Amino acid sequence: MNKGASVLSKEKRGKLYGIPVLVKDNICVKGEETTCASRILKGFKPPYDATVIKRLKDEGAVLIGKSNMDEFAFGSSCETSCYGPTRNPWDTDRIPGGSSGGSAAAVASDQTILALGSDTGGSIRQPASLCGVVGLKPTYGRVSRYGLIAFASSLDQIGPITKDVTDAALVMNVIAGYDEMDSTCVDMPVPDYTKSLVKDVKGLRIGVPKEYFIEGIDTEVEAGVRGSIDLLRDLGARIVEITLPHTQYAVSTYYIVAPAEASSNLARFDGVQYGFRAQDAKDLVDMYIKTRSKGFGNEAKRRVLLGTYCLCAGYYDAYYLKAQKVRTKIKEDFDRAFKLCDLIATPTTPTPAFRIGEKTLDPLSMYLSDIFTISANLAGLPAISIPCGFSKNSLPIGLHMLAKPFDEETLLRAAYTFEQNTDYHKRKPGL
Amino acid sequence: MKRLYEAVIGLEVHLQLETETKAFCGCSTEFGKSPNSHTCPVCLGFPGSLPVLNEKAFLYSIKVALALNCKIQDTIKFDRKNYYYPDLPKNFQISQFDMPLSYDGFVDVISGGREAGKRVHIKRVHLEEDAGKLIHPSCASYSLVDFNRAGMPLLEIVTEPDINSPEEAYNYLTALKSILQYLRVSDCDMEKGSLRCDANISVRRAGEKELGVKVEIKNMNSFRWVREALSFEIGRQTSLAEAGERIIQETRLWDAQKFVTVSMRSKEEAHDYRYFPEPDLVPFIVDKKIIEDIRKALPELPDARADRFVKDYGLSEYDARVLTGQVDLADYFDECARIYANKKTLANWINGDMAAQMNARNVNILGLGIEPKDLAELLKMIDDQSISGKIAKDVLAEMIETKKRAGEIVSSKGLSQISDKGEIEKAVLDVLAKNERSVSDYKGGKKTAITFLVGQVMKQTRGKANPAMVNDMLKKHLGE
Repeated sequence: MNKGASVLSKEKRGKLYGIPVLVKDNICVKGEETTCASRILKGFKPPYDATVIKRLKDEGAVLIGKSNMDEFAFGSSCETSCYGPTRNPWDTDRIPGGSSGGSAAAVASDQTILALGSDTGGSIRQPASLCGVVGLKPTYGRVSRYGLIAFASSLDQIGPITKDVTDAALVMNVIAGYDEMDSTCVDMPVPDYTKSLVKDVKGLRIGVPKEYFIEGIDTEVEAGVRGSIDLLRDLGARIVEITLPHTQYAVSTYYIVAPAEASSNLARFDGVQYGFRAQDAKDLVDMYIKTRSKGFGNEAKRRVLLGTYCLCAGYYDAYYLKAQKVRTKIKEDFDRAFKLCDLIATPTTPTPAFRIGEKTLDPLSMYLSDIFTISANLAGLPAISIPCGFSKNSLPIGLHMLAKPFDEETLLRAAYTFEQNTDYHKRKPGL
Repeated sequence: MKRLYEAVIGLEVHLQLETETKAFCGCSTEFGKSPNSHTCPVCLGFPGSLPVLNEKAFLYSIKVALALNCKIQDTIKFDRKNYYYPDLPKNFQISQFDMPLSYDGFVDVISGGREAGKRVHIKRVHLEEDAGKLIHPSCASYSLVDFNRAGMPLLEIVTEPDINSPEEAYNYLTALKSILQYLRVSDCDMEKGSLRCDANISVRRAGEKELGVKVEIKNMNSFRWVREALSFEIGRQTSLAEAGERIIQETRLWDAQKFVTVSMRSKEEAHDYRYFPEPDLVPFIVDKKIIEDIRKALPELPDARADRFVKDYGLSEYDARVLTGQVDLADYFDECARIYANKKTLANWINGDMAAQMNARNVNILGLGIEPKDLAELLKMIDDQSISGKIAKDVLAEMIETKKRAGEIVSSKGLSQISDKGEIEKAVLDVLAKNERSVSDYKGGKKTAITFLVGQVMKQTRGKANPAMVNDMLKKHLGE
């Protein structure tokens, strides 16, 4: 896609000169088909580069293609793509996670050095966890969303999926920072994230929320994550038990706020200007109905309906407004917790990768795959998933860590220290 | 006869702000360019694009709000108004719902003197983005969309239901437009659509407290149509009420050809706009100092200016109102007044001959192309009797036509007033000799005959003779 990264003198080479990068299909690349894995955007070639793409190109990265995803990032399994499912390199009968499943699977199977994903409720971290790679969701406002085709504007954030923590820091050095094209992007200096790659967690207070080790969590996942926390303790971190009392409301809150915003964000896909348009319409309304009926997959329709319902006159207060209030409560939980600790450690997912088709008929159980990751989006916090073990079936398990807003540095430091003391990130799927 | 029913009217004005760029992107707002030439991913609502508020549009909004005596919201936030229409690129409009940027203001509508004035309260003023324009080619099975207008900053100014007659509505709109033009935030051109008006109207038994069923009227493209549409609607609703029939809550369109309103959609068909806070724009707190700075920099507004024209220039209330109704005209008068002493004469000329020329040419004062100093030159020529007032009218017309200065026209055409006693006397004697009949009429007591004789002298001198001198000279020779 990056027509021949030309050979440049050393001084002119950018920070990612020659590095192949895969881009999730919901991030606009000028002139390259960008579809969100949806029929409704088939053939859509953005006339502009997303800010992150511009920054990658400016630093010499080689964009090698677009990666598969759940349609419009609606999903946790990469099964809702109009192109068909992506498979997990560790077991091709299983899902890679989602929605950035294509990005995570490609990094895990060495098809690229790194990939960009987007994370609205766990869409970077959950597939990273299930594919045994590193996935970082930056603080809301740390990375420009300009050019990211919006799912839920107040939750979306672009981030790197990489083979190790060092690469994540290197990508962050390129993509993070203020962008005048995104009003939600925060104008704050960007640190050199590689300076956080320090092998030291001594004195770091790591909070472990009791609400996250719930009934129903896979025993191997629990054992892996608890073992990892023990390791961090052995390396000098102080483990503190904390409480995040509103955790149980996170999933329901998310499934009101996110679809509400999505229903409005997806309204523009109507066949008028770009993408797919149904040809047999007899009038305008018929064109809208047919275009959207044929263009969107089932999960997209489900979320648009859900969101539209929540915003309707008479339901708004009971759903959307209430959810926003709960969202504030969840945020306050974290504010309190971060007075007692510097980081919070939890599992990334309740189970390792499940089988393709296993949850497609049960949206609710699918939605619960994001139970541990959703809160970071609701609170706007940075969070990372790193490999921390394997199940008996050789399926990766992820350690999930959250930090205070704009404290990606502490996140990277702990993740790096853990990584340097383990070799999970070095294991490769036996494809 | 006391009226049995009274009308309750509220008006919604949409004003396009004259910023250089659109409300949420950097595209030009220039009018009349080829379709879709002033567009970008943001105003086209392309996937992935995000809005960024145009600071100038916001500051203009505050300026309008303050001029309309409104309170300014502490925190500014935007909302999405969701509805599907092909001229709306995102299928939602960025607008303001429960927290308009300003609220609780008023406009004093003074017409027919201060006592007859009325205060119309402003409920809210909020900022939103405009939609594009649909074009329906005749005989085509498709429509076209021009998005040049999409994303233009639009201010919505909503009154309380304070207005009780079509005339009051008309006067309010005129006063509002005048204020808006003074602020120089919009050209307020209804033909270009930069100012639009919708009305809400209900009728109730006179004296009743409760409001009747409200009808919204759209598609009124001039203040005159607003007045006509409201008159029609009051008649329609009153007859229904008198006949004991139900008035339906609905939206009606004004048909300017048939002079009626027609139903467009009923309440049941009304949209549910599913408003919610725009997540792509962060709410922000307005710096009080910015507001105070704008308040201090507000120009002198029409009412204050009219008062000043009465007080400082000694003009009549009527003249002052006419001259200050339009900002360019008021500025023009002020400039002329600086270099020309007789303000009453100035007002007479501007409100008289120049107003007639403006009407005939359908331009405002600037469109006449007469510099204040050139008008002053002309008026001074009358004062020092270089030309007669009558000749001056022709000279003015010529000035407008040819853009030449008064002195130039007068000298090149030999229009200078004849004030030479000998020359006038010669003409007078000549006329008296030729019109014995009138002379004898006059001498016989018919004093009005002198008017004819003056006319004859003027004719003979091609209008150049000093009329006062002609008059005196005639009387002298007629033996008075």
